[in-house]
This record gives sequence, C-alpha cells and structure tokens, in this order.
Amino acid sequence: MPETIHTKVLIIGGGPGGYVAGIRCGQLGLDAVLVETYKLGGTCLNVGCIPSKAVIHSAGYFETMTRAASAKGLHGIKLASAPALSMPELVAWKDSVTKKLNSGVAALLKRAKVRVVEGWATFSDAKTCTVKTKDGEQIITAEHVILANGSKSVELPFLPFGGNVISSTEALDLQELPKKLVVVGAGYIGLELGIAFRKLGSEVTIVEAMDRILPLYDADLVAPVAKWLRTNGVTVHLSAKAKGQDASGLVVEMADGATQTLPADKILVTVGRRPATEGWGLEKMGVDMAGRFVKVDDQCRTSMKNVFAVGDLVGEPMLEHKAATQGEMVAEIIAGHKRSFHPASIPAVCFTEPEIVSAGLLPSEAGPDAIVALFPFAANGRSLSMDAGEGFVRVVARKDDHRIVGMQAVGQHVAELSGEFSHALEMGSLLEDVAGTIHVHPTLSEAYHEAALRALGHAIHI
Amino acid sequence: MGLYVFKLPDVGEGTAEAEIVAWHVKAGDTITEDQNLVDVMTDKATVEMTSPVSGKVLKVHGEPGEMAAVGSPLVELEVEGAGNAKAGDAPKPAPKAEEKREPSLSPTGGEGRGEGGQPAQVVRPPHPDPLPPDGGRGRGISPPSSFVVAAPRKFGDKPIASPAVRARAEELGIKLQFVTGTGPAGRITHEDLDGFVASGGQVSTGRASGYAKRDGINEVKVIGLRRKIAESMQNSKRRIPHFAYVEEVDMTELESLRAHLNKTKKKDQPKLTVLPFFMRALVKVVPDYPQINARFDDEAGVVHRYQPVHIGIATQTPNGLIVPVVHHAEALDIWQSALEVARVSTAARENKATKEELSGSTITITSLGPLGGVATTPVINYPEVGIIGPNAIIDRPVVRDGAITVRKMMNLSSSFDHRVVDGYDAAEFIQRVKALLEHPALLFME
Repeated sequence: MPETIHTKVLIIGGGPGGYVAGIRCGQLGLDAVLVETYKLGGTCLNVGCIPSKAVIHSAGYFETMTRAASAKGLHGIKLASAPALSMPELVAWKDSVTKKLNSGVAALLKRAKVRVVEGWATFSDAKTCTVKTKDGEQIITAEHVILANGSKSVELPFLPFGGNVISSTEALDLQELPKKLVVVGAGYIGLELGIAFRKLGSEVTIVEAMDRILPLYDADLVAPVAKWLRTNGVTVHLSAKAKGQDASGLVVEMADGATQTLPADKILVTVGRRPATEGWGLEKMGVDMAGRFVKVDDQCRTSMKNVFAVGDLVGEPMLEHKAATQGEMVAEIIAGHKRSFHPASIPAVCFTEPEIVSAGLLPSEAGPDAIVALFPFAANGRSLSMDAGEGFVRVVARKDDHRIVGMQAVGQHVAELSGEFSHALEMGSLLEDVAGTIHVHPTLSEAYHEAALRALGHAIHI
Repeated sequence: MGLYVFKLPDVGEGTAEAEIVAWHVKAGDTITEDQNLVDVMTDKATVEMTSPVSGKVLKVHGEPGEMAAVGSPLVELEVEGAGNAKAGDAPKPAPKAEEKREPSLSPTGGEGRGEGGQPAQVVRPPHPDPLPPDGGRGRGISPPSSFVVAAPRKFGDKPIASPAVRARAEELGIKLQFVTGTGPAGRITHEDLDGFVASGGQVSTGRASGYAKRDGINEVKVIGLRRKIAESMQNSKRRIPHFAYVEEVDMTELESLRAHLNKTKKKDQPKLTVLPFFMRALVKVVPDYPQINARFDDEAGVVHRYQPVHIGIATQTPNGLIVPVVHHAEALDIWQSALEVARVSTAARENKATKEELSGSTITITSLGPLGGVATTPVINYPEVGIIGPNAIIDRPVVRDGAITVRKMMNLSSSFDHRVVDGYDAAEFIQRVKALLEHPALLFME
C-alpha cells in the first residue's frame, strides 16, 4: 500500500464545487488533494449543463435546416433536401466539447498544484478516507475536508434505469435517435432535452404529475414554452402519473384516471436529483443531516469541525454556480478569510425553447406592494431581426423605494441577460439605476432597460 | 452565584430587532436549561427563545409589543458559577428599537421616489462601553450591543450592500444589519462602512487612530422653553438696533469692601456676590436716565419709563436661560437684594418661579460670573431698552499716578436700544455706574 497522504485540504469530488475549491486553495497556497472517481468537471461538465447545451445547440441547427428544407423555406433560404442526422457524430462533437473542458479543468488544477487522486473515496472517520485507485488503495488524512460529492438522477422504483429507461446522462449519449421519446417529468431538464429531441425529429410526449410544466415559474413565464410545445407537436400530459412500462412503452394513469400506454422506444426519466450521500462513509463522519442533505451553516461548515460540504450535497438549488461559489468561499475560509454565503440571489436559467431566466423574486413572491413591469420582445428590434419576437423581460421592484427585487425573462437567448439581472440584485439597484444605464442598441438588453422605464411609468417603445 | 444576562441573539435574516410577543417566565421563576423564555417575532416568523442556562430569573426586559434590539438584554438570571456578567454591573436597559416606524424614516418622497432618505440617527447611551485598548480587536464579531440604529431600511429588511462592501464588512467582522445605509433605498456604501468603523462601531483595521471621525446627527426639536428662548432672542435682535458699549471698571475698592462685609456679616445675612452692588448702582443712576429704565412698546410707539426699578437677573437653569425679576430693587438694601436675587434665581432653577417672578423687569443684569470673559455683547431683554453684563474681575497691571500697580479690573459690557437711547446718554449712564462701583461708599450715600 502506498504511503498515507497527509494534506491540509482534502476535496471529495471534482465537480464545480470541488474543483473550484481546489483551484482557490492553490491560489491561496493551501496544500490540497482532490479525489474524483469519474472525470473532472462533475455532473455539470460531463453529463449536465455543458453536454446538454451542446446537443440543444446542434438540435437548433438541425431544426433551422429542416425548416429551410420545407416547401416554404426560411427567410428565402431553401434547402433542396431535408438535413440528415448522424447521432454518433453529434455525440462525438458534444464529447469533444466536454473533453476540451475536462482537460482545461485538469490543467487548472495542475497549475494550482492540486494533487488529483483518481478513485472512489470511502471515509473511515471525518478526516480519513481510503481511495480505491486503479493501483490499489490510498489512505488520505486531512486537516480540512470539503465534501463536494454532488447529486444523482432520481430513479423511480417502478421504472428503474436500464434498457429503454434512461436518465439525462444516457440521453446525451444516444447513438441512435429515438423515434418515440416519452419524458417523465416536466421540470427544466426534461423540457430542455424533450425539446432538443423534438427539434432533432423525435416524436416527443411529456408526462407530468403536477398540473403544470416548470412548476417553479409562473404561468406568464412558462406560456411561450407551452406554446412552442403545442405548435411543434409535443404532447404534454399534465396531472398524469407514470406507472411502469410494458412492451410498447410507458404505462400512464391519465388525469381522468384512465390508464394508457404511451408508445416509446426510449423513456427519459427526469424527476429530479438527489444528493449523493450513500456509499462513501458519510455515516462515519459524524455530520448532521438536514433531511436528505448534509446540514451546513452559512459558511458551509458541517456539524463536524473542519468538515465542509458544498453544492448539491447541501441543498437546493442544485446549480453549478451555487456549488462553485460555495467551493471558492470554503477555500478562502480555510485560508483564514472571513466569508459567508449570503447571495442576494441565485439566478436560474432554463434552456428551453424559448429560454427562461429568473433572478430574485417572482411577482407572486414580492407581494402586493410591488411594481411589476414587462417589456415584450415583440417591440425589440434585435429580437425581431433574429426572428425571436416571442417573450418578454419583466422587472419586479418595490413601490416605495424602487429597489429591484426580481427580474425574469422568457425568449430566445435571454440566458445571457442573467448576469445583468443578478448583478443588479447584488448591487441593490433601483429602477432608476437600470433606467439610467445606457443599453446598447440593437440588443435584447434594451428590453430590460425598457422594462425598468416602464416600471417608472415612461417606457419609450411601448 | 453569578449573573447571566441573556441577550436577544441574531434571529436571522439580518434583522436588527424583533418584537417581544409573549413572556413565558417572570422575575422569581426558577428555570431549567432549554426552557422557553420568551417568544419574539421577526417579520418572518415567531421564534421561541430558550434559555441556554439553568437559574433563577432576576429580571425580564421589555413588554409584549415592544421592539427589542439584537444584542440587548432580555433576561437576567442568577446562575451557578460565574455567569457571563459582573454582579453590580447592572445591564443597561434594553435600548429601545425605534418604536415608531414613521414614514419620515423611510425614504419616501412625494412620489415614492427612492431618494432623499434622511440620515439615520445613531443613538448612543450616555456611557458607551469603552473600547478595550486594542481598539476592539479580539472581541469577536459581535457588534456592540449598545448600538441602536434607526436605518432607513424597513423592518425585517436584509441590509443591502454591493458584494464588495459585504466582503469588506465580513473581513472587518462587521454585521451589516448594524450599519446605517445612506445610499438609495438604504444601500450601505463603502463610506457608510468607513463611518461605522471610524465611529468605533467595531474597530479592527488598525487604520482607525485616536483621531476617529465622528458621524451621526441628532435632531433636537426646538420646543418648550428652548422655543421661547429662541423666539425672544430672535425678537430682540430683529426689532432692536443694539448699541453696545464696554467700559473698564476698577473693582479693587468694591472687592475690598465686599470681602470685609462677607467676613463681618451676621449669621442670618447672605453671602454677598457682586450682583447686589450692581443692582444698587443701577438703582442709584436710573433716576437721572429715565429713558434707560423703561420698556418700549414699539408697536404703539410709546416708551414706558418706570419709576420703580424691576431688575431682571439672567439665570442659567438646566433647561436654559430664564430671567427672573427682583421687583422694586430701589426699596431693597444690599442684604435684601442679595436675598431676593438668591430666592428668585433658585425658584427659576427649580422651575418653581411664578409668572410674576418671571415678568415685568425694566432693566436686566446678565453676568457669567467667573466665566465673564473680557467682553460680551448682551442681548436686550425685549421690550426693555438696556442691559448690563459685567465681565470677569482680573488682577491687572494698571497705571496709577505714573506708576504701574496691580488692580482688580473688570470690564462692564452693556447694550442699549439705540432707537430710544442715544449712544451719548448710554455712555454717560455707564460712566456714572462706573463711578459708583469704583467708589462704593457712594452706593450707600443719599
């Protein structure tokens, strides 16, 4: 057995929470070891955010070309024949993107002098773990431990993964396009992938147990997405419960109580994610839990001294940018800085068609004393010039002092507005701050400016 | 046995205060650890405060419905062992969080625009905790409990500050809910943080020296006596063109006489200050200058020249300047004058003076006693027309008969209503007073 590694900081998990903590440790001169069993970059980089966006982007090309190949053409562009799709090549392209980022993360960690140990870590006590590497077992002890174990797709007991039942991970590696795809769960992952496969040519049906899609957002924000699904032939069954599968597809109990089989050659289950708390000795570390998550305070400290936990392991929202922020913070705390996790907002984006972005409070959360103002992309020149006049930007502010408390948008490319939204919230901006900022013409961001003006009662272009 | 003071902890979400909803203990109760002491309410939730110790309740602070500031004492307990506070070191009463949430504190303008928030008040108790010599380092991150900040933030609001300001505050160990934000909508700026540090809210940078900046403006309503004083001063200065005159008086002989009288006085006689001598001087001189012992009704255009001499005695009281009156000073001898001055000024200081004792003066003496200074420009007690203000008596070298000698010298400042008293007459009047004071025997000769 190789010699025991003693380190100042031991990081479990090479996802955004872990690798960012590692890089920051390196910058701060802390000796750090990072254990990852799969590939650096975690869910986000390997099987989540990045690969799904690559597939979604390619699907958008394919859909545009399909429209150009129709009899009507697209803005005068006509293709003589329909585009052909090679899923293996699409997946290969997607893999080339993630690989680029994998090696980027590895290089960053190396530059930060973080030692990466490949293997599965199992803790025997709070500061000691044994890593099963390909060369045998490696014991690591540390003064500080950062748990960044991440999360896993939730499996339905009556619909276990395997065969035709796939999670988002497998959906991004399909070598053959499913002719009929049934998606269980109309959250953002299910909708993003369902829409992408629809664009690639699959017949897509979505089954949702609740009575609405994207239940975290209000009806106005979701409406353009629902409209796209409707006009593009995606069937959505609301208040419908998946029951299991039979030879031909997914067995569903519909809203009216009738049981029906939805034909499918792939069933994509996207009913959420759960923290990865099992199989690595968490129970031996003496940390308190908060429900299914590891309990942490506002510095991401667990109940065990010098054991920190970040990211999906510690609670919702399970988002890359939250994990990374926490990882960075914990490294700084270990280095002796005073930090705590109190963001004004953790914005979220759905890469549906069209995209949705939300930062801060929704109108329903802001209460009756809020100003809510909306500016439609139909009145924004850049949107129209991109054939993207659907959707709007919405600003929620307090009536008395005009402080902005929330911003949302739905429309093509609106994800890129999220930075400006969250920056405004972090700065405590007033409507006047946004109204007094020149926004470049012609861009989508003008709609944000106009929404703020409209909240103040003097929008120009509406 | 020790004293344990349970202070309202940070109940989360950056609130600086919470409302007391219900008490579950009272003085005299014996309680165990984790027993519910009190329910407090933030805007978000009602929170049960449990006791971290066992002991006997000595005192509870605050009534249901009152606001308690985070860090203010809620319960005093007698506990086994040392406790967390020194006995006899009675905890300060709970600083009252701003009870009134008047709109004036929230930055709403006419149309609810976010500008123009009033600078918030930083209210300090009369005896703030002195910072330890290291400037507060090592006191952890708990802010001084004695701070109550009425910020323009609304109740329950999280403090608003940019990420850079928040990061700096964390490094400084400052909790932002205790920092007043002067930016739009109560946003906390770098300058606010500088101010908080400089004010000693929590000093840990080493930058702050003994030359700390002071911040905070206290608004004091000009009401009651202060308003009256302000009005009458304003009235006097607006209506009366003051003519000021200062003359030097050799008080050596008067002081010698006064010392002798005080030394040889009978037991029932009061100790004499210089004031009764000035009164005697005025009484002696005013018959020749009737225009000076007068009240000028300028609206009617009539000067009321008085035969009696009612002398106002400007008196500093805890509430401010009051001028009680010694009526008919012409009928009082030096001892009676002294007694009467003592009586009316004491009555004024104790707020017991009658309306009569506070009105009707025809001329006024204002003396700052040992603070007399070199010269003053007394403000006439409208509608009177003259006032004299003796200054400090100082041993000064003066020339007498070609030789320098040390004399007890005093300046006598005075002001007259130049509308009805000519400067020449005023000067003559003061010269006559001077002559009497320099030859004190004349004060008592008819």
